[in-house]
Amino acid sequence: MIKLTEKHHEYWRKNLIVTAILMAVWFFVTYVPSWFARGLNEITFFGWPVAFYMAAQGALIFYLAIIWYYGHYMNKLDAKYDVREAEED
Amino acid sequence: MSNEAGFSQRAFNEQLKRYYWLYTGGFAAFVIILAIAEQLGLGRRTIGLAFLLGTIGLYAMIGILSRTMQVAEYYVAGRRVPAFFNGMATASDWMSAASFIAMAGTLYLLGYDGLAFIMGWTGGYVLVAVFLAPYLRKFGQFTVSDFLGARYGNVARSIGIASTILVGFVYVIAQIYGVGLITSRFTGLPFGIGVFVGLSGILLCSFLGGMRAVTWTQVAQYIILIIAYLIPVIWLGIKHTGIPIPQIAYGPAMQRIAEMEKKILADPGELEVRKIFKDRADAAVTALKDPDKAYAEGKTGLEKRVADLKAAKAPADQVNAAEKTLADYPPDVAAAVKKWTADRGLAGRAAPPRLHSEAFPGKDEKARDLARRNFLGIVFCMMLGTAALPHILMRYYTTPSVREARKSVFWSLFFICLLYFSAPVLAILVKLDVYSNLVGIAHADIPAWFLAWRAVDPALLSIVDANKDGIVQLAEMSIGGDLIVLMAPEMAGLPYVVSGLVAAGGLAAALSTADGLLLTISNALGHDLYYKMIDPNASTLRRLWVARTLLLGVAVFAAWVTSYKPGDILFLVGAAFSLALSAFFPALVVGIFWKRANKYGAVAGMLGGLGVCVYYMLTTYPWLRAVFNITAPVADYTWFGMAPISAGVFGFPVGMSLMIIVSLLTPAPDQETQELVEHVRYPALAGDIDTRGA
Repeated sequence: MIKLTEKHHEYWRKNLIVTAILMAVWFFVTYVPSWFARGLNEITFFGWPVAFYMAAQGALIFYLAIIWYYGHYMNKLDAKYDVREAEED
Repeated sequence: MSNEAGFSQRAFNEQLKRYYWLYTGGFAAFVIILAIAEQLGLGRRTIGLAFLLGTIGLYAMIGILSRTMQVAEYYVAGRRVPAFFNGMATASDWMSAASFIAMAGTLYLLGYDGLAFIMGWTGGYVLVAVFLAPYLRKFGQFTVSDFLGARYGNVARSIGIASTILVGFVYVIAQIYGVGLITSRFTGLPFGIGVFVGLSGILLCSFLGGMRAVTWTQVAQYIILIIAYLIPVIWLGIKHTGIPIPQIAYGPAMQRIAEMEKKILADPGELEVRKIFKDRADAAVTALKDPDKAYAEGKTGLEKRVADLKAAKAPADQVNAAEKTLADYPPDVAAAVKKWTADRGLAGRAAPPRLHSEAFPGKDEKARDLARRNFLGIVFCMMLGTAALPHILMRYYTTPSVREARKSVFWSLFFICLLYFSAPVLAILVKLDVYSNLVGIAHADIPAWFLAWRAVDPALLSIVDANKDGIVQLAEMSIGGDLIVLMAPEMAGLPYVVSGLVAAGGLAAALSTADGLLLTISNALGHDLYYKMIDPNASTLRRLWVARTLLLGVAVFAAWVTSYKPGDILFLVGAAFSLALSAFFPALVVGIFWKRANKYGAVAGMLGGLGVCVYYMLTTYPWLRAVFNITAPVADYTWFGMAPISAGVFGFPVGMSLMIIVSLLTPAPDQETQELVEHVRYPALAGDIDTRGA
């Protein structure tokens, strides 16, 4: 029988918050530059049209950063809230 | 890779690193030996064949070394694939022939608009990371349908099985097609034999070792495909930008392309060629309205001209030219219709070239708005589809822990990005090369290697001196998208051995994806259907042999279907994403994040989402419309102007709403199911239940 304490609920709430924030970043870097792409491509950034850069590299860098941060944050949160798995090795 | 007692994950990691460094060194030596042999006079066909057989042999060897008789090894590689290596395996599982061969070509042809695939096929991993991978790993069974079955019961499991097979099959046909194409192009073997050789490679990899063998060959395949992709990019980068990492500084190259585009748009020669094509296309459209009349008139006109010239005692060369034109005239109406239909297609070549950095080009605001909507639609479908493809999600069952699963998503995207950062650069460097080194030179000076591609496949390349001025105009060339990656080594001035390497890379990309897909399909049948639903008491031995027999059967059936060359490959891949997201995404994610979701909601959502998606494709995609004999205009069925590839934009909201509404109208799931949801949400709990598969 699983018994969840207040601490567990807090862990889950924190997970939901960080998930929501990261999804907002994901949504922003993906859809906003794409929606305004025609205008943004008139502006250049180190020679790159801005919307082109965002779709070809910028968004990808954000995606990597989001995934890295989520893993890092959650792995720490596991330890802090005592829900970390036993070491296998 | 053996399974001794007292297994140590750390020692295993070290051992893996050693093996793969050795492997990479061995492969480099193989390439160097072939390069020396080429200088000594080894023929191109032999080099192509050496790469083909050499790499397939390598994969087969890894496959045989990884054979296993244990269920957990066969289905999830023993759950001890470290994050880093699982990342590589996922990357090659993920990147198919579409990523390796077709993507740079799409970017070359479409410019900015092609980037929808770059964003779509990477951004989906964010969803995998935060919504799925860690939770599925905690659940810890073998397939995606396992989770659906545990969470929603056997009806949802059956729909999951059917959807896995549908999605996997559509996708795997595209991969086997790619295998046949690459093999036949580089070795001259017929397409059918190419398919067969590739298929035997796939089977040798996965037949004896299941997921364990597939995992370790996929890592090996990733190493080859990334080396093969990056070498031409680095070389072209040095040639055109002066730096070996053009990925970080191709902005100025884009500016140069923009200047060249301006010049090409205004060039009188280009305008002349485009007008010639436009006139021919217009004439063809008129002729096709009444082919019989047009054929007769055309023929009489030419005959009259010959007679007139002869009567007027015109110079012999004029008479000869007119007689030749008459002789070339199609022999009958059917042949003429064929020629006119082809000519009608020249309208595309009559259009001015697309500007590389212009987003959503269109003749008016409405057309541009439609292009933008479809761009966003593709991004949306590719992203959610990524997070719903069973063969990708399955890979996160193989890590040792939830922690490693989270890290592993990062490594997956990291290894994918090595290639995805390079594809747009490759497209730009090739375009720069074409615009500066091919456009404007004399037809007589076109490099032989370039023309050689025309002999390989006429669909890849056509080049004619349309205005007979002896100079190459951009409009006179039509380069197929697939050619961009394939011809990059020769364009960069690299020896043929690098072209062979690129072919091996393309083959690795197609084989690794096909491996993963075939295993997923056969597991859906062997594990989900046979073991979980038909015979839960089957012995280990029996389960494994059922799984293997099904693998063989599915592979042969898929190859047989592929030999009919069905539909358009890019559409098949895109369709798989839309289908996967409509069937799986709502049921999986809502099942983890909303305890109240129940089996009625899940079944309604999956069927509804998938149904809408399938319906939209059937009624709007030309090939399927022909199969189902739908004759009403396509506009009657089109919603908001979306292309059939993005059918998921309708399947998703329908599936999601049905899932929520029906769940709320029916009773909440029982205690046991709610505990399952708690269980997947926390990596470790006191008094936890155990859902791991055995």
